[in-house]
Amino acid sequence: WILFQVHCHLIFLFFSASSQINFVLLISRQGKVRLTKWYSPYTQKERTKVIRELSGLILTRGPKLCNFVEWRGYKVVYRRYASLYFCMCIDADDNELEVLEIIHHFVEILDRYFGSVCELDLIFNFHKAYYVLDEILISGELQESSKKNVARLIAAQDSLVEAAKEEAGSISNIIAQATK
Amino acid sequence: RRRDSPPPPPQDSVERIVEDAAMDLSLNPFSSGTRLRDMIRAIRASKTAAEERAVVRRECAAIRAAISDNDQDYRHRNMAKLMFIHMLGYPTHFGQMECLKLIAASGFPEKRIGYLGLTLLLDERQEVLMLVTNSLKQDLNHSNQFIVGLALCALGNICSAEMARDLAPEVERLLQTRDPNTKKKAALCSIRIVRKVPDLAENFMGSAASLLKEKHHGVLISVVQLCTELCKASREALEYLRKHSVEGLVRILRDVSNSSYAPEYDIAGITDPFLHIRVLRLMRTLGQGDADCSEHVNDILAQVATKTESNKNAGNAILYECVETIMGIEATSGLRVLAINILGRFLSNRDNNIRYVALNMLMKAMAVDTLAVQRHRVTILECVKDADVSIRKRALELVYLLVNDTNVKPLTKELVDYLEVSDDDFKEDLTAKICSIVEKFSQDKLWYLDQMFKVLTLTGNFVKDDVWHALIVLISNAPELQGYSVRSLYKALQASGTQESLVRVAVWCIGEYGEMLVNNISMLDVEEPITGNRI
Repeated sequence: WILFQVHCHLIFLFFSASSQINFVLLISRQGKVRLTKWYSPYTQKERTKVIRELSGLILTRGPKLCNFVEWRGYKVVYRRYASLYFCMCIDADDNELEVLEIIHHFVEILDRYFGSVCELDLIFNFHKAYYVLDEILISGELQESSKKNVARLIAAQDSLVEAAKEEAGSISNIIAQATK
Repeated sequence: RRRDSPPPPPQDSVERIVEDAAMDLSLNPFSSGTRLRDMIRAIRASKTAAEERAVVRRECAAIRAAISDNDQDYRHRNMAKLMFIHMLGYPTHFGQMECLKLIAASGFPEKRIGYLGLTLLLDERQEVLMLVTNSLKQDLNHSNQFIVGLALCALGNICSAEMARDLAPEVERLLQTRDPNTKKKAALCSIRIVRKVPDLAENFMGSAASLLKEKHHGVLISVVQLCTELCKASREALEYLRKHSVEGLVRILRDVSNSSYAPEYDIAGITDPFLHIRVLRLMRTLGQGDADCSEHVNDILAQVATKTESNKNAGNAILYECVETIMGIEATSGLRVLAINILGRFLSNRDNNIRYVALNMLMKAMAVDTLAVQRHRVTILECVKDADVSIRKRALELVYLLVNDTNVKPLTKELVDYLEVSDDDFKEDLTAKICSIVEKFSQDKLWYLDQMFKVLTLTGNFVKDDVWHALIVLISNAPELQGYSVRSLYKALQASGTQESLVRVAVWCIGEYGEMLVNNISMLDVEEPITGNRI
């Protein structure tokens, strides 16, 4: 009996072909949140609860265990880099091994951008870390497989911001402001 | 009051440095406020939650005042502060309108932080979000491609069904633009639109199919994913893509699989594993239940399955997806065998991620080819003894599915042997599974009794009540085995009386059949008589 039910259920499982990441979470070893991005609807309250639950689950896992936790019917793929845990939540049927590569892709890009990235970089420049993430994922899907392209796009946008700052700080602008 | 004060001195001037220094020394409530860096430092320096709350309260008050004064100068910084405060878990809804104002500003820096604030401080359920629709529409038509990109990104991350409907035509148009960066963002944004409003799927299928001819990898991975989403949303789109995209997909996969070293896309010696995986996934969607499609992709699947290097995670991620696809489509039996063999190799991989994934896949594969999975029974059994608890659990579930009349006795023996040495936190699961298996195959009553007695001896405390009740029922209905039972249980009790359930069952038996014990009545051939006067 059980085998028959399992049989039907398993056939159904094959039909799934999604890859969406539901949310991204970066937490420190002490459980401090360094970055969160939610691609599925979660209310503020729900988000706090999720973070607390997952922190408890992941921070207590031993170092030799596999990088996947089953949680609420989803899978959370995580990997530790120095003092930070990078976590991405996916559906139970998605390709966990690929998500490990996506995490690594993100980390390498951050590393190049900040020049040997450390936790402090992500704390004091958290908004920049988000800009980087937004060039890698949209709607929980991968957007660019070339690290060089991501770096180029971020640099171009950073230049636009620098240029605007310079223009605002230029003397003519100050005079214009003062004489308004 | 602030409007009457002079404009702030430029960043590098002495006045500014002095002002900032004064700020550091005493947080002057009438000044323009702290720098972002300083706020973060102050928060980190807080020794108690109350201290942190005080800092946050002070900052929020300053930000609120700036907002109500319509302060232009520190808007950017205040938004950054709001986002940081939000990440700490404090409420920040008073800042939501600021996002809108920043987005509506004309400069790129304002829009950049405004859109980021929007996606962090709001979610799709908030009504305030609707107010952004007009700005989004304008920005989607902006001449600056980066501003278009900001709008597409925000829309793709956060739009509601209503916004999706409103702005779908703009996004459709942007799929045809020349700039690959814009195109890829438009494709992913379309995914969200189709998820929110599946009816719109047919609007995108033509563009999606033709975009498969693109060379830019970022565009390709986004478009392939869009095609997969369209197939899920609409039967018509699925049929359309089956007709128009299979050959293109085969070519994309073949080209990337055969490509020589490309440093920009190389991961562990493989060119763009992400593209490999996405194409494999789309092939699965198209080939499911469709013999024609499945036949078209057969060769390239075999190539990827045999050619891909399996020593790094990237290669294994591709192989994993390839196996999923083979299992999901109408594959030839040769291809299926190839797939299950890959899983068999995965099982012996030193990396426990790979072993875990293999066990999961093998469970799915049971539905497709039980015999093939049976061939790996020995390795699966080894995984029941793995150091990683997630793997042990998975393996045990799989073993349970593999049990049949032919292999039940050797399998059970292995499991019971392992029961003796397994970790305490695993004993409960293992005991339950063994009892379940034995009960299912309890036609051979003698064998059933032997297994149950062993389990009771080793881990009787984990044996559930209904299980040993059933055992007692069986003994009382099997008169030819009652003597054997009471004698075996007596011996077990002598050897180890720590397991409560064992004691219960044994005592019951001795109570019922004590005279058989004393007088060695109805002995079986396999038994040796109990001697000695310990009774």
